[in-house]
This record gives sequence, structure tokens and C-alpha cells, in this order.
Amino acid sequence: MHVDQTEKKWLYISLFVTAVMIGVLTLFAVGSNIHPPSNVETINSDTLHLEGSEFAEDNLGVKKMPDGSYEVRMVAARYGFYPQKIKVPANTPVKFRFASADVLHGIHVPFTNLSTMVVPGYVSEVNTEFPKESVDTPMFCNEYCGLGHDHMWSKLTVVAKEAK
Amino acid sequence: MKFDKASGLSLANLWVAFGFFLVACLLGVYQVAERAGLLADFGLESPVLYFASVSTHGVLMGFVLTTFAIMGFGYYMATTSLKREIWNKPLAWFGFYLSIVGVLMAAVPLLTGNASVLFTFYPPLVAHPAFYIGATLLVVGSWVWCLEMIMTMLAWKKENPGQPVPLAMFGTVANAIMWLWTSLGVAGEVLFQLIPWSLGWIETIDVGLARTMFSWTLHAIVYFWLFPAYIAMYTLLPKAAGGRLFSDEMGRISFIMLLVISVPIGMHHLYMDPFQSAGWKFVHMFGTFLVMMPTLLTGFTVLASLEIAGRLRGGKGLFGWIAALPWKDPLTLAAILALLMLTFGGFGGAINASYAMNTMVHNTQWITGHFHLIFGGTVVILYFGLAYHLWPKMTGKQLASLSMARMQLWSWFIGMLVLTLPWHWIGILGQPRRISITPYDSPLVEQWYPHEVAMFFGGLILIVSAFLLILNLYRTHGNDQVEENSEVEYAEPVHAVVGLPKIMNGFAFWNVVIFAYLIASYAYPIAQFFLMETFGTIPWSI
Repeated sequence: MHVDQTEKKWLYISLFVTAVMIGVLTLFAVGSNIHPPSNVETINSDTLHLEGSEFAEDNLGVKKMPDGSYEVRMVAARYGFYPQKIKVPANTPVKFRFASADVLHGIHVPFTNLSTMVVPGYVSEVNTEFPKESVDTPMFCNEYCGLGHDHMWSKLTVVAKEAK
Repeated sequence: MKFDKASGLSLANLWVAFGFFLVACLLGVYQVAERAGLLADFGLESPVLYFASVSTHGVLMGFVLTTFAIMGFGYYMATTSLKREIWNKPLAWFGFYLSIVGVLMAAVPLLTGNASVLFTFYPPLVAHPAFYIGATLLVVGSWVWCLEMIMTMLAWKKENPGQPVPLAMFGTVANAIMWLWTSLGVAGEVLFQLIPWSLGWIETIDVGLARTMFSWTLHAIVYFWLFPAYIAMYTLLPKAAGGRLFSDEMGRISFIMLLVISVPIGMHHLYMDPFQSAGWKFVHMFGTFLVMMPTLLTGFTVLASLEIAGRLRGGKGLFGWIAALPWKDPLTLAAILALLMLTFGGFGGAINASYAMNTMVHNTQWITGHFHLIFGGTVVILYFGLAYHLWPKMTGKQLASLSMARMQLWSWFIGMLVLTLPWHWIGILGQPRRISITPYDSPLVEQWYPHEVAMFFGGLILIVSAFLLILNLYRTHGNDQVEENSEVEYAEPVHAVVGLPKIMNGFAFWNVVIFAYLIASYAYPIAQFFLMETFGTIPWSI
């Protein structure tokens, strides 16, 4: 078997490049604790609306927690994220929890890392902070969920930290 | 030496591939027009039509064009590289017809809007059972091809003990084996979940499990499509360009790596899904970056082979060999353009594969832009190059028009860039994927608009290009100029292959490795759905 010297060098360069990429990603994942939404938590999507459910209507929306952080609960259902308008402060930890009442959805606020799939039968959780104030930024459904998918979006307003 | 090259079987498969490809291109043009808002003025805007069209476009491009093209090229490469007939020709024809029946069966619900669930199925949206059953028959038809490739190689090895399997066949069998392993995931999803559920035999399905099973298939399937392109670049391109293959062994190593690494990494399609934990996603990210290796090695070997060709043709200096390449030869031109698109697309892919960065682009138009560039660009343009190279040999007639072939390849390349570069950009600008119109009360919509118009022009260039391809191939059959050289000429390596270790000439050992790697990376992520209490979902119509 014959392997050329130049090719051997390229093999090492390729390995090095790959290792650097994996290294950088590992550094941020482990070092800064940056992970995609992965809470592996099940829920019965048929009974979301019932009394006592975390996602019953009265429990939805923005809540300020005793430690000054915020929690937002939303239900994704064809064709909107409910409640359809939410307001949170900038530069404050916000925990979002989503559940689907019907099919597969996805939520993304452009230019932010608020992004997750919303899968029936499972709860999605995203922890984030919004660095900038904004008014009525679209929260798009980014997963095909039926013929009305184009029309599925809600609005996020980020206000200055003191105002809320 | 006379042997049956299976030209008719190959041509039948390839015509099905390219015929449906043309239909899918027409649907694509309609879709970019709708997306750019050009149909609204005529009152033709319709989500019903759009999502039926997108679903059909995806199925035709992703499953039909690819599967039939791979089968067609595979049969012909098997016979011409081994210089013997295929193992069981009637069975191969049976596989061909079975696949056709599958496609026609799936076409009815697709075209009538009863399977607008996109080509990735998306349960709990439910399609008519005929859609799932048709797709299954297509896959079973492709398994017949896999069996043919494996048995043909084994028969050849028996007749030629100790000889290295020709590289083209080695790669083709690697692809067949990879497809058998990777299609098990979707087969499991369709047979045990989607079909019984769509028929009402079971009430609910676990969407998390279904998506995990699909992810098993979802990444390696793109390597299934890519394999023939790589095989062409290693084994036919160096000769067509007037040179030699830089290294036969490196080709084998790359094929083995693609085979082993590309299957157990599919969970990078689930980075944003809540039902798998971060640890497993991280493990799959690791594997995803490793799969860059065979592509980096291929890039080197192919460019080195091209440099040899350019220098043999009198090219001088650091870059002079590039100008000296036979740019007029369709296969060489297709390969150069494919490598350019692979370079762009590869960078995009590394971003998608990154565990954290993927968050910003997940399910935006960036993703659709990415896979159109890398599949519609790199892979499909090499299918064209291969077709131009092999059609005269299969039909015994000269290609109807070489200049039209060149024009077609250039226009495909330009059209693909005009289509996909703005497509990537509107993804960065936040446009979600899989939408037909943009009815949002947001300033973003205005920023998207010019890019959507550019994409429409890209689509127009591509449809003209697609017609040129079909016209040229069709006219070749009626050409009265006889092709003198009907031998398929595979590239000779610079150094003859001697002393090849046994594991680089067969797949028994590698199957064990894949099995172990698959168990390690998928056993628990699948088993967890049976270990915890999960809640199934009923079928929802679109």
C-alpha cells in the first residue's frame, strides 16, 4: 500500500483543522455552558387546558420570580403562540417554557437565540437574556404545521430593565 | 471480451430519474414565484397548492431523482468496472418496476393534496396511507439494487481471488451497504409507526421516537446521494481530464470513512428538539465533524489528480495547470463547478453542525439555501456530468451537442448561485423556512423582498438549464453519429495498488464497526422512549 508524503501531511492538517473546530465548540459548550434546548420532559398534550395543568390558560404568560428573573409559559397551537403578545425586560434572565396543543411547531425570534422545536408530548425549555430593547419583534413558527403555517406568529416586546 | 453492460437497465433508471427531475424543477419555479409574491396579482396564491407542490418537489428530488440515478449509474459502473454482467438481471428489473409502482402510488395522494406533509413526513400531520406505502416500495426497490451490487462484487471476488476490487465498484458497494444501514431508521418509523397509525390500527404515535428514527436516516441519506459524485471524481474524472488518479488507496479510505461515520451522527438534525438530552447531541456533533475528514481527503486527492492532468497537458507554474484543464469536457467542467459549490456549501454545513451556532439558523431559510447549494449544486451537477460522459457509451451515439452541454452546466452553476446565495441571506435575516407567503406586520418583510425576487430569477435560469439537459440527452438517442469509443475508461492510479490489506478490499469488518457505533450512538436515545412515560399524539390532518 502506498500513501504519498504530501497526502500524509494533508491528512494531519485535516485532522488538526477538525480537532480545532471540535475543540472550540467543546470549549464554549462546557466552558460557557451553552447547550441547545434539551430538557427531556414529557407532558400530555391532550390535557394542557385542564385545571391544574402547568399550561392551563390562567398560568400562561410572563411571571416575575422572587429572585428577579422571569418565567414565560406559552402554548403553541395552530396558528399562534399564546398569549400572542408578551413583554419582558432586557438584560434579565428569562426562562421560556413551551408546550404544543396539537402538532409540531418551532419558535424563533430572529437575531436571538430564542429558538426551539415545540413537539407534542414534550415540554421545551429555553433560558435566555435579551440584550436589546425592541417592540413587537416577530416570534415566528418555523416548522411546517399545516396550511396556515404562514400565518403563525406572535409578538415579543423587550423593554428597558427598570421599566417593568 | 463480451459481457452484458446492462445499458438498457441503466438508461431506464436514469430516464425515470431525469424525467421526474424536470417535473420537480417546474414545481420549483412555481414555488419561487409564489414566494416572491408574483402570483398574488393574478389571484393564484394558494397554500393548498403550494404545500402540495413543495411536498412533491421534495419527494421527487430527494427520493426519486436520487434513488433512480444512483441505481442507474450503479448498474453501469458495476458491469463496466468489473467487466462482467450483474448478478441477477431479472431481479434488477423487478426492483426497477417495484420502485416505479411505489412512486406512482405515492404520486396520487401527493398531487391531490392528500400528502402535503413534506418529504420528511412531519408526524403528527398525517398523509393518506398510500403515500407511506408508496415511499416504502421505492425504498424496498432500492434495497434490491443494494443486494445486486453486493452479490455482483462477491461473485467477481470469487472469480478473481486476491485481486483488489476496482475503486468504482468498491465505492458503489460502500454506498449500497451504507444505504442498507441508514434506511433502517426510516423503515422502522414508517412500518411500525406511520403506516399502522395512518390506517387507524394504532391510535397515537410518539412524535419524539418518530423524529429520532428519522434522524437515523436523515444525515447519511445525503451521503447516499453524494457517493456517485465522489466515485465519479475519483474514478472517471482524472482520466477524462487527461491524467491519473493521485491515490487509489485514499479513495478507499474515504469511502470506508463515509460508510462508517456518516450513519450514527443524525442527531444533529435534532439539536433544537426537546426530547433528546444535550449529552447525546454533543456526542453526535463530534461524529458530524469527523465526517469532514473524508471530504477534506477527497478534495485533496481530486485536486491533485486534476493538477497531474493539467501538467500533463502542458500547464506550467503554480496555477497554469488550471487553465490547461479540458474545460470543454462536460465531466471535467461539472466536477470543477461542483467542487466550487462544495467549498461554499461545506462552510455553511460546518455552521449548521455546530451545536451552538445552529441555534441562529435552525429552520430558517439558511438551511434550505444550504441543502439546495450542496445537493442541487454539487451532487446534481455531477449527475449531469456523469450523464453526458456515459450517455454516448450507453447508447452508442455521440452526444447531440457538446456546446449545449457546456452551456447547460454553466447555466446550472450560475442559476444555483443566484438562487441559493440570497436564500442563505434571508435566513440570516430571520425568515423561517417552509412558508409560502410573508403576511407579517414587520419591517423584516421589506428586507427579505429583494432576495426573494433574486431567487425567482435563479429559478428561471435553472428551469431553462433543466430543459437543455433533457433535450440534449433525448436527442442523443436519435443522433446518427456513432460513438467510436464505447469503453468506459476508468482512471489509472499513479501508483499501482499492491499489497492491499484485506480490510480495504471488503466490508465484513466495517459492518461490525458500524453496528457497534450505531448501538453506541442510538441505542439509548431510542430506548429512552420506552423507559419513560410518554404521551402519544393522534393524527392531525393538514
